[in-house]
Amino acid sequence: MIRHLLSGADLDADTATQILDTAAEMAAVAGREVKKLPALRGRTVVNLFYEDSTRTRISFEAAAKRLSADVINFSAKGSSVAKGESLKDTALTLQAMGADAVVVRHPASGAPHRLAAWVDGSVVNAGDGTHEHPTQALLDAYTMRARLGRLAGLSVAVVGDVLHSRVARSNVLLLSTLGAKVTLVGPPTLIPVDIAAALAPDTGVCYDLDAVLPSSDVVMMLRVQRERMNDSYFPSAREYARRYGLDGPRMGRLPEHAIVMHPGPMNRGMEITPEVADSPRSTIVEQVANGVSVRMAVLYLLLGGNNR
Amino acid sequence: MNSYLIRNVSVLGAAPTDLLIRDGVVAETGMRLNAPDATLVDADGLVALPGLVDLHTHLREPGREDAETVETGSRAAALGGYTAVCAMANTSPVADTAGVVEQVWRLGREAGLVDVQPIGAVTVGLAGERLAELGAMADSAARVRIFSDDGHCVADPRLMRRALEYVKAFDGIIAQHAEEPRLTEGAQMHEGEVSTRLGLTGWPAVAEEAIIARDVLLAEHVGSRLHVCHVSTAGSVEVLRHAKARGVRVTAEVTPHHLLLTDARAETYDPVFKVNPPLRTTTDVAALRAALVDGVIDMIATDHAPHAVEDKECEWAYARPGMLGLETALSIALDVLGPQWELIAERMSRTPARIAGLTEHGHDPAPGAPASLTLVDPAARREIEPAELASRSRNTPYARMTLPGRIVATFLRGEATVLDGKAVK
Repeated sequence: MIRHLLSGADLDADTATQILDTAAEMAAVAGREVKKLPALRGRTVVNLFYEDSTRTRISFEAAAKRLSADVINFSAKGSSVAKGESLKDTALTLQAMGADAVVVRHPASGAPHRLAAWVDGSVVNAGDGTHEHPTQALLDAYTMRARLGRLAGLSVAVVGDVLHSRVARSNVLLLSTLGAKVTLVGPPTLIPVDIAAALAPDTGVCYDLDAVLPSSDVVMMLRVQRERMNDSYFPSAREYARRYGLDGPRMGRLPEHAIVMHPGPMNRGMEITPEVADSPRSTIVEQVANGVSVRMAVLYLLLGGNNR
Repeated sequence: MNSYLIRNVSVLGAAPTDLLIRDGVVAETGMRLNAPDATLVDADGLVALPGLVDLHTHLREPGREDAETVETGSRAAALGGYTAVCAMANTSPVADTAGVVEQVWRLGREAGLVDVQPIGAVTVGLAGERLAELGAMADSAARVRIFSDDGHCVADPRLMRRALEYVKAFDGIIAQHAEEPRLTEGAQMHEGEVSTRLGLTGWPAVAEEAIIARDVLLAEHVGSRLHVCHVSTAGSVEVLRHAKARGVRVTAEVTPHHLLLTDARAETYDPVFKVNPPLRTTTDVAALRAALVDGVIDMIATDHAPHAVEDKECEWAYARPGMLGLETALSIALDVLGPQWELIAERMSRTPARIAGLTEHGHDPAPGAPASLTLVDPAARREIEPAELASRSRNTPYARMTLPGRIVATFLRGEATVLDGKAVK
């Protein structure tokens, strides 16, 4: 097993599949009356969050607690070096406290990589800047597999602000490893340069959402911040929604079996309409539930739970 | 003054000879010279070069003496084979008045290891809004001839035009940090495949090329001298080639790191590789090397940029850009160009000395020439150990790399600043 989970690229197909299979076992625990396993008793998991992200933090917290780990929540806002303790000093502090795993959310891309060089424990990237969010990709893959029965051969459209999306990067890496075909859709201003060369050579790019929908098994809508229009990424929220938002009529162009995903939090009316978000095709609530199972699997496997 | 008899040295790769240094000049050359009063320097296997001249050095004093001082930077320069460095203006306070440039100049004289020639700011506080008192700096004891807002681009085209025109009165040069600021807001590294993968905001090549294109046209229009700092892209080379063919009075420099390293170094997220302009691609490196050989790029300049540990031992986005260069520049040149001594002397000594107006520098060691020279052991290889550098800072990108060449001795106007590979003071 790998020691850290920093990027979707850290996972080969076997490891990723092992995590998804383990997550399925973990999900069974959630159905029990006592939702707890003793697997990580006596181990310490630190949630080190430099950004507000209640959903991700409580998901990791629930995962660690269901495995009986001791959980320390370390919220460190105001993250710039000028404002407080440096990341290195924080790392040395966590090291001294004997953290077995550090789950880190940070506004700077690559901060988990730096952290991994300074601590002995495992580092799990819970989202770094505009870089990656590998456990989100794992829970997305888990959700697709649960709904559609497979990953290999699926056509997945990832729609929206790919440029600033850590979810998109991790999904492209993981899904291509698992044999799905990803097409990135959005205005050209929000698709980063050389994306296929950077991440996975078979990644497609299309600027026309309607053209992609009929052949998609999965549509993953990314959160798009309205403020991006102030940087001229698109002219207005209204025009964005018109060209790249998923509404009822567009959803009708999808194949019968296709699902609609969103990592949350949603901008209803921007990238997705309530009609779509609340439809039976939507997996948005399942994704949250699956997030706990997948994170349990990641912590369990990284901390050597399978060797006991 | 001391006298030195340098035995069996190869001047720029020629057959070995002796060099007698006396009264600040090369007094005599030839085999088996006799000078009983002179200190003997055994230079068997060593190559003598005119003392190197750096057109682009950050000495950090005044203001960030924790990162470098004029003295520590001068020592690093001497150990790198330099006899003169041009100190950039982005100190604190900014070198935008006669008072500050005279202070830096005086500190350089006191350190006495290299000639420190201050560069003046183009605009007050590097703010890019109004001209600093360029004439006062030119008339000061520091006799400033090069002006630069380096670290910032003089982005306003009208201000750039006025600056280019104004300095004609005293044969000045504007050295431009070419970076269109609107295209690099939040930029962290070269925009390309690697920045996409790493999720770091890209610094597109066009942000440099667009400013160089504009500036060569402005320089042509007003008939002024333009110097382009740290050229980093293949596209910039083509713009410069075109401008030079038209007869524009433009010169350009490239840094050692842009000749050797690429953006792939960012993969570790170690900010020791964060620099502005950023490390580019292998295509750019190849174009820069070719341009340095064919003369479209006139010189190597280090952009030596010391930074305190806490400004580099952090997240990439929060780190300051810049890397050390003075103590490794000649080794990089040897690595990239091989033992082309004539070319190295031209690109690292004669040309920068001429452009900076440093008339006492850039002279090949020959009878009557000022004895500002350096002795290199081209056969030596050394592993770069950051803790062993003379700079006060440790942010070398070459840590634990093994590089060719070692500076054995450096002389400034006949006085040794480095002997046996060690600074004399």
